[in-house]
Formats: sequence, C-alpha cells, structure tokens
Amino acid sequence: MNDSFSIVGKKVFRQDAYAKVTGQAKFADDINFPGQLFAVMVRIASAHAKIKSIDYSEVINDSRLIKIIDHSNIPGNKLVGPIRNDQPIFCFDKVVTPGDVICMLIGENVDDLNKLKRKVKIDFEELPVLNDPLKSLEENSPLIHPEFENNLIIHYPLRKGNIEKGFADSDYIIEQTYRTAFVEHAYIEPEAVIAIPQETPNSVKIVGSIQNPFTCRKVVASVLNYPLANVRVIQAELGGSFGGKDDTMNILSARAAIGAMITGRPVKIKYTREESILESYKRHPYILNYKVGAKADGKITAMKIDIIADGGAYSSMSPFVTWRSVVQATGPYEIENVQTDVRAVYTNNPYTGAMRGFGSPQPIFAVESIMDELAIKLNITPDEIRRRNCFTSGSFTASGQKLEKHDVNLIKVLDTAVQKSGFKEKWIKYHSLQEFKSLEHKNLSFNDADSLILKEQDYLNNQNYLRKGIGLAVSYRGCSLGAEGIDAAAAYLSLQNDGSLFLLCGLSENGQGLRTTLSIVAAEVLGLTLDKIIYLDQDTSLIPDSGPTVASRATLMGGGAVKNAAVEIRNRLEKLLVDEWNLAGDAVFTFANDKVKYFGGGAKEISFNELCALAYKKGISLSAMGWYKGPDVHWNEETGQGSAYFTYVYGCQVAEVTLNMATGEVFIDNLIAVHNPGRVINLLGAEGQVYGGVTQGAGYALWEEINSEKGFIKELNFDQYLIPTAKDVGKIKPYFIEGRDIYGPWGAKSLGEPTLELTAAAIANAVRNAAGKRFFNLPLNLEEIFLGKKLKAESLNRGSA
Amino acid sequence: MNDKSSPRKFSRRKFVQGVSTTIIGSYVLTPGVSKISEKLEAETKEIASGKKPLNLIVNKVRYELMISPETTLAEVLRNELKLTGTKLICNHGECGGCTVLLNGEAIYSCQMLALDAGEKEVTTIEGLLTGEELHPIQKAFVEHDGLQCGYCTPGQIIAAQAILLKNSQPSKEEILTGMSGNLCRCAAYPNILKSVLAAAGYLTEGTNR
Repeated sequence: MNDSFSIVGKKVFRQDAYAKVTGQAKFADDINFPGQLFAVMVRIASAHAKIKSIDYSEVINDSRLIKIIDHSNIPGNKLVGPIRNDQPIFCFDKVVTPGDVICMLIGENVDDLNKLKRKVKIDFEELPVLNDPLKSLEENSPLIHPEFENNLIIHYPLRKGNIEKGFADSDYIIEQTYRTAFVEHAYIEPEAVIAIPQETPNSVKIVGSIQNPFTCRKVVASVLNYPLANVRVIQAELGGSFGGKDDTMNILSARAAIGAMITGRPVKIKYTREESILESYKRHPYILNYKVGAKADGKITAMKIDIIADGGAYSSMSPFVTWRSVVQATGPYEIENVQTDVRAVYTNNPYTGAMRGFGSPQPIFAVESIMDELAIKLNITPDEIRRRNCFTSGSFTASGQKLEKHDVNLIKVLDTAVQKSGFKEKWIKYHSLQEFKSLEHKNLSFNDADSLILKEQDYLNNQNYLRKGIGLAVSYRGCSLGAEGIDAAAAYLSLQNDGSLFLLCGLSENGQGLRTTLSIVAAEVLGLTLDKIIYLDQDTSLIPDSGPTVASRATLMGGGAVKNAAVEIRNRLEKLLVDEWNLAGDAVFTFANDKVKYFGGGAKEISFNELCALAYKKGISLSAMGWYKGPDVHWNEETGQGSAYFTYVYGCQVAEVTLNMATGEVFIDNLIAVHNPGRVINLLGAEGQVYGGVTQGAGYALWEEINSEKGFIKELNFDQYLIPTAKDVGKIKPYFIEGRDIYGPWGAKSLGEPTLELTAAAIANAVRNAAGKRFFNLPLNLEEIFLGKKLKAESLNRGSA
Repeated sequence: MNDKSSPRKFSRRKFVQGVSTTIIGSYVLTPGVSKISEKLEAETKEIASGKKPLNLIVNKVRYELMISPETTLAEVLRNELKLTGTKLICNHGECGGCTVLLNGEAIYSCQMLALDAGEKEVTTIEGLLTGEELHPIQKAFVEHDGLQCGYCTPGQIIAAQAILLKNSQPSKEEILTGMSGNLCRCAAYPNILKSVLAAAGYLTEGTNR
C-alpha cells in the first residue's frame, strides 16, 4: 500500500444516512418488546442525607404497581464505578447528590408510576452539604463517602527539573487563576434502555443508548452476579453521547436488568430531559492556578500548575480525566522545569466524568490564556511566543517523553492557521486600539443598579460599542487511552462468496461516523465499493471486548483492527491468484472497483465476486478477525514521568469575534481550525467532526454552565441550559495537515476531541484582544464580561415553569 | 436490530394515492352490523374512562383513535401510531426534535394536544418517502452530511420542508433563522445549511422540468 488511495481521504456519504434521514433508524426508545414493563425512579430532594426509613405501605398494594425494586433486590455488587466502586445502583444508607435513586417502581404505565412514586415515604436526615471543592479538602470537612479517609479522589503530582531554579532564572513571572464550569453533554437523545430476560436461565439481553457496551456488560454482570457471557449488550442506534452515555447508562442498564430478572418481563427505562440532566454526570469544573516564568526572549523556564477538579458525588472517571490533565497541563511547550499537582475531590455536586475533551479543555483554556498574557507582557505576538516554546520533533514533554516516530508538525499547523486567518496583522491592529480598554469607559458603577440599565442607543445604535478581536490557541493531545489501561480492539470481516462483505467491530457508532470510516478502511484494502459492505451493530456476544469507544481512539484502534483483518483476507486471495495464474510469489496486484488486476508479464484481471466464489470453492476462509494492540506505555505515579501516550496529534484554532461592549455579548464571526489527525479517512466525516467540536467548544466558551445550588441543578432543560443553535456561530473553516505515523490505518489517529479542546481558549483570547481585558471564568457570558463575575441563581424556579 | 447501515428494503403501504382509513387504538371496528353494538359498548367504556375520540390525518392516512385529552400530538404519533421518526427530546418546546407539519406549518408536536390536531393534515418524516425514493430534502441531507447521530434529523428535515414550502429560494440568513428552533448537539449546522440550500436547488429544478 502506498499513499495513492482509491477511497481513503475522499468525501464519502454516511453509511447510515438513509436510515437516519427517513426516520427509520431505531433508537432505544423507538424499540419495544412484547410484554414490556416500565420503571420509574424514586429520589428525595436532598443533596446529602442519611436515609432513615423507607415506607412502601401506600403503594405496595396498588394494582398499577407490579414491583418495587431497591438495594435489597441486588444479588451482586451494590456499588459500582469504573475505577473505585463508590456509586450505588440504589442508595441504601445515604444520598450524596440530588440525582441519587433510592428505589424504582415497575408497572405497565409510566404516568401511573409517576403518580405512585410520590406515595413512597422516605424519612431522611439532612447532612451538611459540601459544594466547594476547596472546602471539601479542609481538614475537618464532613466525609461524603465515610469509607474513605478524606474527600480526595486522587492526586497526581508531576515533577520535572528544578522548579525553584526555573523561576530564579526567569525575567518575568505571571501567576493567574482560572475557573471553568460544570458542563452538560446534552446528547440530544435522552437515556433509554430495555432489559430482556433470555430463555437460558440467568441470562439477560440489554438494548439501549449505550456508548460502551463492554463496560456496560461488566457492570450489569457484577450487579446481577452473572458470568459475562450471560449478559448480552446490544447498542441501539445512539443519539449522541460525547462521553456521556457511559456510567449513567451502565447503572440504568443494571437497574433495568434487575427489574427484568425479577419480573420475568422486558423492562424499559427512559428518561425525560429533566431526569437526564439531573442524574447524568457532567464535565469537571476546574480551578486552575498557573505560574509561568520566562526569559526576556520569551523562552519559558518554569511552569507551576495547581489544579483542583470538582469530582462531584462519585469518583467515576475522575482519576482518568485528571490524569490526562496532568500529562497535558503545560500545553505543547517544551519546559525544563515543571511542577504540576492535579487533585480531584468529592463534593455533593452532580458527579463529573468523561466528556469530549476529557480533562483537556480546562487546562488548555488556562495555559493558552496565560501564554497570551505572557506575549503581551513581552510585547510579542501570541503566535510568536508559541513558536519560541512549542514542541518540535525530538522535544521532551513535561513527563519526560521524547516526541518521536511521528510528524511533530505543530509549527506547520500554527503557521497555516496564522496565515489563513491573517492573524498577526489583525491581532496587532485590534490590540493597539487601547482607548476602549474595558467597559469602564461607560463609567458604570456595578453597585448602582440604575447605571446598569442600558440606554436605547446602547443596543440600537450599537456600532459604537462593537469591537473586533482575534485569538488563537494551540494544543497537543495523546491518542487513545495511554497509560490508563489495556489498549486493544477487534474487528471481524466476513466476505461472502459473491464478494459482499459484513463488518463488525468492537467499538461503537455513536453518531461520529465510525461505520463509514471503518467501511472505507475495509473497502480500500479489498478494493470493494462501499455498497457491498453491510455494517453490523455492536453486540458484546459476537465480538471480543475492544474496550470503550472513547479517547478519540475508534479510527486509530478500530481502523487498525479492520485493516489487519482485511489485509489477512487479501493475502489469502493473493496467494490463491499466484497459484491460479502461475505467478511469482511476490507478484503485485491492485484491488480496486470490485476488480483485482495483475500488471506483470501478461496482464490479468478477475472480478472480485468471481475471486471470492473461487476461494470459497477451494475451501479458503473468507473471514478474519483483526486485532490491533497499541504499544506499551509507562507512567510513574510518584513523579509523573513516563511515556504517557504512544502518539500525539496537534491543532491550532483561530477565532475572530465581535464583542458588544454595551451588552457583553460575544459573536464568533469566523473560526479557522487546523488539525493534524495523522491521516483523514473520510473527508466529509472529518469536516463534520470539526464543525461539531468547534460549536460545542463555542458553547463551552460562551454560554454553557450548570449551576449547582447546594447540589441542586437549576438548568434542567434546554430553556435554561443553552446549547448553540444554527445561528449562534459564524463561519467555521477546517483545514487538515496530514502527517506520517506508524500507528493507525495509514497513520490515521485522532480528531473528535482535538477539535473541541482548544476552541474556548481561542475564543477567550479573541475576547481579550477585543476588550483589552482578561476574563478568567468560563463561560464568558454576558455577566462575566459585563460584571466580571457570575450572578448565581437565588432560586431553583424554572424560567418557563 | 437488523443492520441499519444499508438502505433497508421494505414494503410500505401505498397510501400516497389517496386517503385510506385505518382504525387503531383501543377498539377495533369489525365489519358487519351485528358487531356495531360491541363497538358502541367499547366506545361507551372509553368515554367513561375520560377518553375522547380523535380523527387524525397523518401522512394522508386517516386514523380514528380514542385518547386521553392530555395526550400530546407527539405522544400519539410515537406511542399510538408507532411513527417513531418524530422524537421527544426536551418535551418542552425548546429543541424542535418533534417538529411535524400541521396543514403545511411547522409545529412542535410536544406542545400541541393531539385533540387540537383533529381533522388537520399532519406530515411526519415517515410521510416524505415515495416508496423507497428519498424526498429531495432527504437526498440533500445525505449528500451534504447534514447529520451525525441522526436523532434530531427528522425534526431538522421537517423544519427545512416548512421553510421551503413557504419560500422556494430562501437566503442563507432565512434558512438559519428558520432552522434555529432545531437543536443539533453534534452541531452539523454548517452541513444542514448546505443541505437546505441544495434541497432548494433540487426542488426548483423539479418544478422547472
């Protein structure tokens, strides 16, 4: 295989588009089974309480109720979690956040069950509520999980060089603190799952909106105390996930499975949007303190980073999320002396876990902001400060890993973005307009409420108040799981004797376009046209455990597995042709457009379906299981040193904004996104990833925030939780810089998360450029820009309720 | 849970030629005079339980139903008629996932009581196909990748149809305004815009022919 492709890198239509545009695609809530029951959850209105008693007497004899399920019905593990088992399927002693579920009612009608659930009497005693992660760490703080000695979930230190010497050697030092908010995934499909008892005793089938069927299977099996093989998890069409349909769905699946096994009937759980936002985990809010020392020429000598992540009520993925933070916290800069400490702590807030970006958007916002501050202090442009410090081939990361065996093309990525956007000239021009230094020009006193009332011309004739700004951010990202755990994936290809193919992979289609990407990989190797390929749904009973579909690893790992399987089959077919056509063993064939050709002495050609028929007749196996395993990586927990990830990708985004100085409103006019995903497999899909990541990143930058008011969430639906609409973001322009890599199919690596992680940082820098003033707290909504602080909710009343 | 990846071969009712009558719901009309008393009895029972009769025309098929008055149009479409292409995402009139056409106007079906849709023409995503042939808007969404996970897609396509029914050559701004009531968390928005622009072109070509 060389770099001339017949289909890789082209614009290919989505394999599942027909089913999706016709409304025929079956998502979990579109699927029903005969005899199916429903379950509804029972909660109490408390963020931290001791459960004293539960009284079912008013519901137990109601004809509308079929069964009540609580912790006493759990045959196996009552506590689950991906790393630390601290989250109950049903609470039994305590409630630690308002999303917690105490029991569930099963019956035939959801409306009836919702009426009945109010009659379950739960007596509880309120406990002190911890909302501030800094307070959680204080010595005599109440323990959220008394089985652990303190509220610290994890602490990752990283030590490189000599931090004191680094600061002593510097000419300038900047120290700043940044904060980010809780962010909801807001996958457009709310959670739904059905558990169906199987004919074989002690076995259950789960069909649901599940991001990671193998993780789900593990949780369900441990809760039911069944062998893994007795739990079959099938992913329904998934209506978006972004890291969100993992823990929550595994727990919902376990609840449904207990219900199904006890009633002997299929049990469906489906959440409303309010329940979804109430119970599901969020992206971690971080408090990030950065201290940076640099020489007068801009070279950074030391970086000291202190990060506190609010893990909320359960540990969930916090240990892995914060691990990525500790690896990447310095940004893509080679710094001799680094000291990083990242801590995740328990609070009674909604729990936090995996979300697209996974511990990278927060530190990137902080480090890229402070890099701009450093540039301004040194009187150089933001691109220049980065050029003087950023990784090149052979650079050493903060964890002491040498960047090698792949194209470290960050400077090329940066230069492309700077050139395409005309960054330098625009930045200098906007930065020089100092007369509009801040909103203070209006002489507003924020203590005087009247002065905040805008006059008519402030918004009608707002040209006077519109300011332009441009900002950039760069990032690097470790591909796949890294030292988090085992990293391997499987794919099964089965050619039929007419040349059609089915493909099954252990990783999931979550809407990101994996079906299409993996089909392209198989089609490229075998020379098939895509209409010959049928992609089968992920099913834990049909394919080996391939780990979760996370960490932007599916193209890299799944693609690698598909390619391995396809190459194995192709090798068998080539050997057959060598024998049939009496060729030399090293004969070279081309497989393309459903034909196989040999151009050596005396050209020969056979159609692919004839070749498959021939192989079948000769008893040659036309199917293969491909396995792709990432190389080993290492990490030292004490020093934070090691080869964290086996390869990396690089990106740069430039945002151009208009800031309304009278209202604090920011509009993103243009966003240029330059990424090096290694190799683009489907150009159409890759562009879609950029649009999605950038827009979600814009939401993170400007609007999205879950407020936890004593643990209770105010924004329970899209009337309050604002996600971007079609009109909210201006023009997004993706560019791809390809780079060689020995891993993944033809060097294809990661794209999904890299597109999101740096957008907020680029926008924040553009706002800084426009306003002449730094804003430290995401989101940069009207309050933050106008008042420099967030007005917290005083009541939980719904705006539209 | 069959394969979802390829265009599915399926037979659809031939409803396009005219309005047929289908009766579903909690009672069944059996032909023959002798059964009428049974029907009346069933109907009386339903009325006693607070249910009300509803005549609904969906995708040119007439349905006679007995429903609880608080049932929304979205619930009837999904739960009674099994037209699950219409999605309930926020159930709060915010996201557009449940968008259907009511007499040619886009509405949020989660915000309308089904009884208020009686005798009006409802079009859902299922009504756009002709046999297996995609509607030009659907075709444009496929070709311009106007979707990712696909959950909001039926609502997006119906919203696009409502725009194009009113204005065959909308500007970019008009499209964005018209589509801004339909949330897409995958944020395929730039491709949705391209899809609607392309669909406008296909539809104009179609009428010019």
